[in-house]
Amino acid sequence: MQISITINGETVTRDVEPRRLLVHFIREDAGLRGTHWGCDTSNCGACTVWLDGKPVKSCTVLAAQADGHEVKTVEGLETADGLDPIQQGFIECHGLQCGFCTPGMMMTGRALIDENPNPSDQEIREAISGQICRCTGYNNIVKAIRWAAEAEASSEVNA
Amino acid sequence: MTATNEVPVSAAGNPIGFGSMKRVEDQRFVRGQGNYVDDVNLPGMLHSAILRSPFAHARINAIDTSAAEALPGVVAVITGKTLEGIPRPSLLGDNFAWMPTLSYDTQAVLATDKVRFQGQEVAYVIATDRYIAKDALELIDVDYEPLEPVMDAKRAMDPDAPVIRDDKGQTDNSITDVHGHKTWEAGNAIGTSEAIEKARQDPDCVVVTQEIMYPRVHPSPMETCGSVAYMDKVTGQLTLYTTSQAPHAHRTVYAMVAGLPEHKIRVISPDIGGGFGNKVGVYPGYVLSIIGSIVTGKPVKWMEDRNENLVSTSFARDYHMTGTVAATKDGRILAVDVDVLADHGAFNGVAQPTNYPAGFFHIFTGSYDYPNAHCKVTPVYTNKAPGGVAYACSFRITEAVYLIERLVDCLAQELEMDPAELRLKNLIKPDQFPYTTPTGWVYDSGQYEKTMRVALDMVGYDDLRREQAEKRAKGEYMGIGISFFTEGVGAGPRKDMDILGLGMADGIELRVHPTGKGVLRLSVQSQGQGHETTYAQIVAHELGIPPEDIEVVHGDTDQTPFGLGTYGSRSTPVSGAAAAVVSRKVKEKARIIAATALECSPDDLEWELGRWHVKGDPERGKTIQEIALLAHGSLELPEGVEGHLEAMTVYNPPNLTYPYGCYICVVDVDPGTGQVKIRDFVAVDDCGTRINPMIVEGQVHGGLADGVGMALMELIAFDEDGNCLGGSFMDYLLPTAMECPEFRTGETVTPSPHHPIGAKGVGESATVGSPAAVVNAVVDAISPFGVRHADMPLTPANVWRAIQGRPVRVDMAVE
Ligand code: FES
Ligand code: FES
Repeated sequence: MQISITINGETVTRDVEPRRLLVHFIREDAGLRGTHWGCDTSNCGACTVWLDGKPVKSCTVLAAQADGHEVKTVEGLETADGLDPIQQGFIECHGLQCGFCTPGMMMTGRALIDENPNPSDQEIREAISGQICRCTGYNNIVKAIRWAAEAEASSEVNA
Repeated sequence: MTATNEVPVSAAGNPIGFGSMKRVEDQRFVRGQGNYVDDVNLPGMLHSAILRSPFAHARINAIDTSAAEALPGVVAVITGKTLEGIPRPSLLGDNFAWMPTLSYDTQAVLATDKVRFQGQEVAYVIATDRYIAKDALELIDVDYEPLEPVMDAKRAMDPDAPVIRDDKGQTDNSITDVHGHKTWEAGNAIGTSEAIEKARQDPDCVVVTQEIMYPRVHPSPMETCGSVAYMDKVTGQLTLYTTSQAPHAHRTVYAMVAGLPEHKIRVISPDIGGGFGNKVGVYPGYVLSIIGSIVTGKPVKWMEDRNENLVSTSFARDYHMTGTVAATKDGRILAVDVDVLADHGAFNGVAQPTNYPAGFFHIFTGSYDYPNAHCKVTPVYTNKAPGGVAYACSFRITEAVYLIERLVDCLAQELEMDPAELRLKNLIKPDQFPYTTPTGWVYDSGQYEKTMRVALDMVGYDDLRREQAEKRAKGEYMGIGISFFTEGVGAGPRKDMDILGLGMADGIELRVHPTGKGVLRLSVQSQGQGHETTYAQIVAHELGIPPEDIEVVHGDTDQTPFGLGTYGSRSTPVSGAAAAVVSRKVKEKARIIAATALECSPDDLEWELGRWHVKGDPERGKTIQEIALLAHGSLELPEGVEGHLEAMTVYNPPNLTYPYGCYICVVDVDPGTGQVKIRDFVAVDDCGTRINPMIVEGQVHGGLADGVGMALMELIAFDEDGNCLGGSFMDYLLPTAMECPEFRTGETVTPSPHHPIGAKGVGESATVGSPAAVVNAVVDAISPFGVRHADMPLTPANVWRAIQGRPVRVDMAVE
C-alpha cells in the first residue's frame, strides 16, 4: 500500500506492506536513523517519536496508521537558531552515555516541557518511566530535562 | 586532584587537563547522528535471521529448508550440515559448524547433532529484507527429539544426569579448564579449615555458614548485538561492522575461526549502544553474517531482536555459593572459606584471562584484614545459554563482593554487632598498603576507614539507626545496608593474563601535526564511556595541548594499534596509562627539539604545562605547538633524532589497580506486601585520580541502577522444561526512573601508586558494589522476622516469602 507520512515537515511517500512498523519506516524508508529500537515489544522507549505532537513508541505503531499524519523525530529538534534546549540540557547535565536511549528520552522530555513548563523531579520520572536507560541511572536525565525547562523559563522571562 | 579551578582553561572553555568537561561525542548523539551497527547500510546489502531452538535439550533428526528456500526474496538458507560441508583451513577444527570460545571450549555455530539450550542457533536465512528473513524462519521444519534438560547446576552433578557435551566425548557434565583442572582453588585450604575448626571449639569465637545464590542475570544493553559483514571477493578483504567491545581480539578470533588472513580482516565497532560485557564474546550470529557474505558475495546484516539477545547472548553470574566465616566474639574476622558451584551453561564461553577460570572471584576476601581464606569453584555444564562473564562484573568480582558483604552482615547479625562497627574493626589500614591478601592479590592503595566515614556521615548513619529503632517499636520496617567493596581492575600484567593467548597489554599511538593539533589512536573502544573526551584530557594533562585539539580515534582495527578492548574496567587502568606514557614519550622528544632550537642541552630545560623553557630563564622557551612546527620543519636535529612529533607505546600494567568504595542504601519495606522502597542511596567511590569527575559520577549512577535492578528485579530463570522465563523486557525487568532513587555520590581520592596518572578505573565499581548494599538493607529491615539472608531478586513475592520463613529457589520456576 502507498502511504505518506510527514516527518519533520517533509512528506515521505512509499509503498509499504501493511505490517511495516513505523520505526522501520522512519529508519529505513525515510533514512532517519536517529530513532532507535531496543526491544520492539513496547518496553524500552528507544523508538519514541512524536505522532501529531504526542510521544509514541514507534515500534508499536504501524506505518500505515501514521498515513497522512505528522511525525517528529530527534532530527527535527534542532532549528536554525541552534540546538533545542532539551538537546543542550542533555549535553550540559551529562544526560547520556552510549546515546542509544537519548533520542527517545529527549522526545519525551520535550513533550513534557511543552505540556508542563515547570515539572517536578517526580513528574519527570513519571514521564520517562516507560523508557529504559541502561547507562545513566536516570539521575542526569532528570537533571537534563529540568535544565531545559529552567533554561526555557528564564529565556521567556528575559524575552 | 579533580577541581577544575586548579587546571588552566582552553580557549574553548575546556580544562587543559583533568576536570569536568562536556563530552565531545554528545554533539552527534543529541542530534541523532550516532552511527550504530544497525545504522550501517551498504549497497546491495542483504538481511538475515536465525532460527533458534525451542527446546533446551533435543536431538535434531532432520531439518527441511525447502519451503523457506522457495519463498520469494530468500537468497540462501544455511544449516549446520551446510557448515559441516565448508572445509576450514584452520588449526581449530576442520569445518565451520563449530567455533572456539574464549575459554578454549567449542561452541556450535549452527547445531548439527543436538541443541543444548533454548534459543540455540539452528538455521540461518539470508534474504533481501528483514521481514522476509523472519517469515522464512517459520517455514523451516526441524524434526526434534526432546531429551531431558538439565536446568539445575546441582542436578548436573548427579551421576545419572543426562550428558550435555557428548559431542566432546564427555561422560559427565564437568568442565575441564585448559590446564586440565575440573575445580579451581585459591588460598590456603588447610590453614583455613584449621582456623575454622579451632574457632568452632573456642567459646570466644563464632562460625557462621550461609548459602548465597547470585542468580543468573543479563547485561541487556539498549542496543542488541549485530553485525554487517562484507567479504570483497576480488580483494579478499573482509570488513565487519560489529557490536564488539574488543575489535582487535575479535579480528584475531575470526582469523583463527575462519582461517582468513588477519591482515585482510577489518573489524569496525562504530558507536555502540552500551556493552556491559554483553559485547565481549564472539557470537554465532557474527560468524554467520561473515559466512553469509562469503556465500552470497553481498554485504549481509544480522541484528538480533531483544528476545534473541536475552535468551542466547552472554548471561552473568549463576553462582551457587556457600560461605563460612569464623570470627572472635568481639568481631575480628579470622577466616573465610567458600565453596562455589558455577553454572556455565551449555558451552564454556566465559571471557576471562586464561589462568583465571573463575575470573577474579578469589578476591572475595574483600576489604578486610585476616590471615586465612580459601575458595573452591566447580564449574558445570547445564542446558542454559553459554557465557558467564558479563554485566559489568569485573571478571566475577561482583559475585565475590556480594558474597563477602553478605557474609559480613550475617556475622554482624550473629554477633549482634552493628555492621558498620564490624566493618570498621576489620578494614585494611592505610599503612598496610601495598597489602597482600590471603589469596594472593596485592592491593595498591586505600584509605578505607576514611572513605567509610565519609559515607556514614553523608547518609547520617547514627540518626538512621535511631529512627530505625523508633520505627521498629511502631511495627515499621526500615533497613540500612552497607557494602564496602574492593575491586581489582585493569587486566592485566601480560605475564599472568591473556585471553586465548593474547596478552592483555594495550597499544596506543599519538601524532602531533605541524600546527600542534594531534590524533590519538586507541586500541580500546567506547560503548558510552566517553573516551573521545577523557583520552584527549589525558593528553592535555601531559602535554598542555587543549583537549579540543586532540582527535581520539578508536573502534577500527585498520586505524588503531592492537589491544584487548574495553571490559573489566580496563580502559583507564591500561589504555589510560598508555595515553599518559605515549604523551610523555612525545614530551621527551619535544624536549630534544626545543633544546636544539634554543641551542642548549635538554637537561637545561624545565617543563611547564604546554611548554619547555630554560631553567632559570622562563622567557626562553618553546610551546608544544611551536615545537610541533619545528619538528616538521627544516631545523637540523641532533644525530639519531628523527623528525616529526609522534610516538607509540604498548602499555603492560605492572599490577591491577584497586578502586574501592562504600555504598549505603536505606529502604522501607512493607511487611504486608513485601514491597521495597529505596529512599536513599549514598555511594562514596575512591577510584584514584578522576580524569573527568562528571563522567565518573555518571558511570557510578549507571552502576547503582544496575545494582538496584539485580537486587530487586532482574532475573533469568528457567522452568523444569528448560524454558527461559526472562526472554523479553516484559519478563526480564529492568529498573526505570521510578525504581531508582536520586543517587547521592561522594568521593575520596587515593591515587594508584603504579599508574602514571594515579587513576584506577571506575566503570564497574557501582555494579559490583551496590547489590550487596540493597540486599543488606532489605535483610536488615526484615531481620526482626528472623531473616538472616534472602536471595536476589528481592521482588515483593520473595521478600514476603522470606518474612513468612518459606524462601524458595529464585532461579527455578518451582513451588
Ligand atoms: S523498540 Fe519500541 S519500545 Fe523498545
Ligand atoms: S545512555 Fe546508554 S542507554 Fe541511555
